[in-house]
Amino acid sequence: MEEKLALFKNRKRFGIEKNIDIIFKNTALVLSSFVAIILLGIVLVVFVQSFESFSRYGLKFLVTSEWNPVKDEYGAFTAIYGTLITSFISLLITIPLGVGTAIFITEDFVPKVFREIIGSFVELLAAIPSVVLGLWAIFVMEPFFRAFFVFLHNFFGWVPLFSTEPTGRNSLLAILILVVMLLPIVTSIARDSLNQVPKKLRNASYGIGASRWKTIFSVILPAALSGIMAGVLLALGRAMGETMAVTMIIGNSNAFSWSLLSPGYTISSMLANQFGEADGSQVSSLFYAAFVLMILSLVVNIFAQWLVKKFSLKY
Amino acid sequence: MNSLFYQKNSSRNIGDKVFTTLSLICVVIAILPLIFLVTYILIKGGAQITPELFTLEPNPPGDDLDAGGINPALIGTLIITTIASIIAIPVGVGGGIYLAEYSKGGPFSRFIRFGVNVLAGVPSIIAGVFIYALIVSTKILFGSMYSGFAGGMALSILMLPTVIKTTDEGLKLVPNELRYASLGVGASMYTTILKITLPSAFRSIATGVVLGIARAAGETAPLIFTALFSYYYITGFGDLFYEMGSLAVLIYNFALEPYDAQNKLAWAASFILVLSILSVNIFSRILAAFTEKTKRV
Repeated sequence: MEEKLALFKNRKRFGIEKNIDIIFKNTALVLSSFVAIILLGIVLVVFVQSFESFSRYGLKFLVTSEWNPVKDEYGAFTAIYGTLITSFISLLITIPLGVGTAIFITEDFVPKVFREIIGSFVELLAAIPSVVLGLWAIFVMEPFFRAFFVFLHNFFGWVPLFSTEPTGRNSLLAILILVVMLLPIVTSIARDSLNQVPKKLRNASYGIGASRWKTIFSVILPAALSGIMAGVLLALGRAMGETMAVTMIIGNSNAFSWSLLSPGYTISSMLANQFGEADGSQVSSLFYAAFVLMILSLVVNIFAQWLVKKFSLKY
Repeated sequence: MNSLFYQKNSSRNIGDKVFTTLSLICVVIAILPLIFLVTYILIKGGAQITPELFTLEPNPPGDDLDAGGINPALIGTLIITTIASIIAIPVGVGGGIYLAEYSKGGPFSRFIRFGVNVLAGVPSIIAGVFIYALIVSTKILFGSMYSGFAGGMALSILMLPTVIKTTDEGLKLVPNELRYASLGVGASMYTTILKITLPSAFRSIATGVVLGIARAAGETAPLIFTALFSYYYITGFGDLFYEMGSLAVLIYNFALEPYDAQNKLAWAASFILVLSILSVNIFSRILAAFTEKTKRV
């Protein structure tokens, strides 16, 4: 017995194998820390590059809308306003549509096959590149909506949001194409969180005599709310950072206007438009704008993650 | 007595019907434009497809009726996506292995998982800006500025979170019994991972990675000021360090040209891009459904 125990204790791997094991583990460790390095690198590099502009304009950069490479005066208010207004309004349109669609495909109104087809179709559309959506927006959506925009201006011209004569590309078209892009995100996340609501809750609600929609509004939606909220925030982050489709359809004008029917700008479309040809202090100002965009999307994303962590697994 | 029967006109039943109709309207509004979009791209783009498209260079924009082909952009997309995959897949799979197999849920791994989610939410154009500052403007790559290589690096930043996440989640689904059995017969940790856990999670990881590659192939924003665009054939290895065209950037540039010939090229390029991305997606979906069925048996 003693001998056997001693043998057991002496069982060892060869040195080489041990070393390979250690090397393998450490390589994996290093590779996983790349994520953190890249993330910190992005924040640091963009901040350092924007420093010149930051020290010259400070926070004034955020509230002035002069963008003049000739006079070397920069302010990103138009772009920041455009980013916020397009993403928020598109989200406002997307939420009811997306959640409504998600409810439809999680309830049993139509046979499961159809619901699955609708669901996977919506998910497939998330895979379409945004530059293709932009192309479609330019050649199909813009002519299609032109008459509608004229109507909007004629009847609601007194609302500041519709106060300019529509001429071709404008912010409202950017909002509409964003809706098309965000719908798959909101729908699929809302569907997943609705599916995760335990069947017991639904049965209990039906059992005490609630109707189907009473159940949906008072039991199922509140239970799935945190997941849906997180999905909405992710979609908001996506909307703020979305570049190609918006750049192609928003008209790219730095002249500030409250109206959605006039050409506008977002931070990302400004970057896409000017980065290639910029030099001197314009580059630094563009980096400053990129920094603002990054902070906005980081805040939204981190908040979304916090929300998921805080409210998930309640049931 | 009446309350035993379904009452068509009671307020709750009418309300139910109203809301059901509303949700149906939501579905129609959500689905219709999407169906239009896909069919329009497939019809309009499909009509432009000719054999020359795949072999010719695009002609410089102008009133020229003959726009040429998209060969350089097609090859460029393949090269740039390959570079991105070569960078992102080893790093991502390695990182995912650490998270799933070695980490014990401590602060480091929680931070990395959090970082993966944050990185996935970073706007794609920021990845382009980052690579521009790091590589293009510093000319760190043998003095070349805009290059296919820089474009591939920008795309790899976007692919990385997807790869790590799918590896992490794929490995977590492997039953622990397999690991115990392998370690129990005396295999070391790395043998267990390379010979047992990684192969059994291979299919789910591969599916996720392929979807990530397909998504990256359509990304434009990170390329417009890293890889830029080129009208010329890619002839040799050295071209990696010069401006390189890609389908996505071609669509962007040519959609904004006022000439019909260039617009048509943009439609043709979108057709190819959308068709390949959709077929990869559908194929991996079918594969995933198939795997699930065989697993249950």
